[in-house]
Amino acid sequence: MDLLEMKKAHKLLARMDYELGKVEKGYTNRTLYINLSDNTIKTKPVTEQMKEIFIGGRGFGLWYLWNAITEKTKWSDPENEIIISTGPIGGITQYPGAGKSLVVTLSPTTGSVMDNNTGGYFGPLLKFAGWDALEIQGKAEKDVIIYIDGNSGYVTIEEAPLEAVDSHLAAEQFTAMYADSEEDKRNVAVVSSGRGAENTLIGLLNFSFYDVKRGVPRMKQAARGGTGTVFRDKKIKAIIVKYSGVKGDTNGPADKQKIIDAGLRLHREIYELDKVQNRMREVGTAHLTEIMNDYDLLPVMNFQYGSHQDAVKLSSDVFKEYFTQGLPDGCWYGCSMACAKAVDNFELKTGPYKGQKVCVDAAEYETVAGVGANCAIFDPEYVIEANFYCDTYGMDIISTATSMAFVMECYERGIINKEITGGLEIKFGNKDAALELIHQMGNGYGFGKIVGQGVRRMKKIFAEEYGADPNLLNDIGMEVKGLECSQYVSKESLAQQGGYALANKGPQHDEAWLIFMDMVNKQIPTFEDKAQALFYFPLFRTWFGLNGLCKLPWNDIEPADNGLTDEPAKVPEHVRNYVDIFNGVTGKNITKEDIILQSERVYNFQRIFNLRMGYGTRKYDIPPYRFMGPVTKEEYESRAERYDNQLKELGYDIEGKTVEEKIKMLREYREDQYQKLCDAVYKRRGWTPDGVPTLETVKRLGIHFPDVVELISKHQ
Amino acid sequence: MKIVKTKPELCNGCGACMTACSKTRYKVEDPQKSAIRVKENSEKPGSYEIIVCNHCGECIPVCNTEAMHRARNGAVRIDDVKCVGCCICVGFCPNNAIFTHPEINEPIKCIACGACTRVCPTGAIYMEEK
Ligand code: SF4
Ligand code: SF4
Ligand code: SF4
Repeated sequence: MDLLEMKKAHKLLARMDYELGKVEKGYTNRTLYINLSDNTIKTKPVTEQMKEIFIGGRGFGLWYLWNAITEKTKWSDPENEIIISTGPIGGITQYPGAGKSLVVTLSPTTGSVMDNNTGGYFGPLLKFAGWDALEIQGKAEKDVIIYIDGNSGYVTIEEAPLEAVDSHLAAEQFTAMYADSEEDKRNVAVVSSGRGAENTLIGLLNFSFYDVKRGVPRMKQAARGGTGTVFRDKKIKAIIVKYSGVKGDTNGPADKQKIIDAGLRLHREIYELDKVQNRMREVGTAHLTEIMNDYDLLPVMNFQYGSHQDAVKLSSDVFKEYFTQGLPDGCWYGCSMACAKAVDNFELKTGPYKGQKVCVDAAEYETVAGVGANCAIFDPEYVIEANFYCDTYGMDIISTATSMAFVMECYERGIINKEITGGLEIKFGNKDAALELIHQMGNGYGFGKIVGQGVRRMKKIFAEEYGADPNLLNDIGMEVKGLECSQYVSKESLAQQGGYALANKGPQHDEAWLIFMDMVNKQIPTFEDKAQALFYFPLFRTWFGLNGLCKLPWNDIEPADNGLTDEPAKVPEHVRNYVDIFNGVTGKNITKEDIILQSERVYNFQRIFNLRMGYGTRKYDIPPYRFMGPVTKEEYESRAERYDNQLKELGYDIEGKTVEEKIKMLREYREDQYQKLCDAVYKRRGWTPDGVPTLETVKRLGIHFPDVVELISKHQ
Repeated sequence: MKIVKTKPELCNGCGACMTACSKTRYKVEDPQKSAIRVKENSEKPGSYEIIVCNHCGECIPVCNTEAMHRARNGAVRIDDVKCVGCCICVGFCPNNAIFTHPEINEPIKCIACGACTRVCPTGAIYMEEK
């Protein structure tokens, strides 16, 4: 079908013309509000108070959502919103990793607030089009698109019945439809989802960026917690922004030289050191697979084990052969880290696009570890195929993988059988069954309908309908707060168990990754040390999400002399860069301590948001036992020496004890350790023993809004 | 094609080349806006280092807007319309021969026009086949 025909079928529902804005010191000072129930389009001011307390990005998203919903709101209610915002630094072109979009919504899987940090050009182009944030509320009746023209100054809501829903097609169609020429395509950014977002609860959003070398739109994902499911529930097919004219000063920096200097320092470092450090420019994050395998941290067979002899088949050297080399794979201008690798001319072997040759944005570590190792399928082409379909169907690949691994273990343990799976022999290592399951999930039929609801709901279904032992399911179902775990084995690192399970949105490594500090380098031995790490790092990383930044250029490249600094884990020189670029953009004069303070406000606010939605206390911070230690005999035996020694050191008499008895002893000990960790962390964070920020804390942070005070007062 | 070649031992540090370059390229006399840079050797006063692009082209594939390209005459040039001023090329130049200035959005680099060589009084810079 041709584009003209598609465009002709659009029906205009609303239009707003607006004055083109100017970005001043990283802000346009206004938000674009859209309500799809009654087709309202309007401008909202961004206040000084918002900038002071919430900074931007995730902070703005949380604030808007807080004001839009009540504690009773469900994800599918029209009041729920999707908010997209980059943040003040977002859109500068000189510093690597400065074009991220932050997405906030109420999650279908966790029932609470969800945030995502994604690449692609949307957030920066939205700002340059005149908007610090886009706030979407309401639900459309039929499939609609939202179009923002940042050069002519208008916004439309249009019914769009004919374009594809699946993202690789939608991105291509809308990019071509709204670009004036091939040259103009890089000025169009598309947010879309896919059919799988309609058929599962784990839908994601794809954020496009046009790759001028390959001549195709590429995609980055706001993947976690069902954000795409909300998007499709609102009947949004795509959001398109167009802005041409990105330059080094479009973000209106107060002191451009400061930003250039910091950018040049980092570009040079990457030029000189990436090839001897992480080789991000060659293989992206795929280099992590072999490291995790070596350190027994690669999830294998639903996180039972931490390594596998076949992991070499998924090593970065294998993927390097698939990734087209020598291309500037940055997901925003200026990212010389260039980790966004792609496989070109990949011929699909299954599904609705079978036989077609596509460019696949593949494969990051999480994907390789998740659909690969964790499902015990050590086949790179399967990984690439699964990656393509999860993305274009609009399904979170981490949740898909962790859900599949859980199902595979349940199948192998006889908890579910072929009758329940509709004939699928969903065993570890069965790649045909895995791909079939992905297609079932995406298309909403068969057993895929159940798996697409995620681990938390599957546990309930398997226990209630198939008579499975709920205790075992709770021990091995790798989710916390309703979100599936990302792909690291945390069993031997108490700090990382906290890093995962205490995370505001659920167990995602973007809050804290402390395994090496804790387990390998043994830098944080005491509870207080761990609590300090779980204070500092989640806050430091939160800051990226307030400003539109990527985490990777912070510590996936390090200055040559980083090891000689006081605190190498913090990468002090890069922290200085961040202080410089924030000040360079905003004209303020913050210090590195202010970075933590800015984040602390938003972080605590998000914690309180969880509380408001009925969660946010200690009992929601407790992970399944498999996060902490061996659940089954096989798991214990796979690391028997380590576990036996630990028990002996602790003074347990293990002579003549059975494995089951030893598992029990270890469990008692580790669960108790985890509780003690929570005690220490809550104290360090200024929270009550039940994990609620104290009145004193919220006052100190200046987030003592009347409704916040009223809410937490009930929990002091 | 002919490019700027250097004999630093002949350079007397007068800076005429830098002025000529900035004038040709940006219509101002400002060494900070020059694509050729003359620096006194800190260890050996009175001797100079001359830094100028040799058109090797290593910066071409690192640019993700295709602004950096090899022009028809063989020179490596920036297309100002496409360039977003990201400075990756600056950081990835093996010779550190691309420069920035806060008032100019695109990096400053040599286009091999030869203006600088015409004003050099000592023959320290000259045009020669690459
Ligand atoms: S490091 Fe990778 S993910 Fe981060 S901004 Fe650069 S290309 Fe994007
Ligand atoms: S500064 Fe311009 S020419 Fe240099 S890499 Fe960036 S876009 Fe390309
Ligand atoms: S050849 Fe032209 S552009 Fe290059 S340094 Fe000399 S004057 Fe400047």
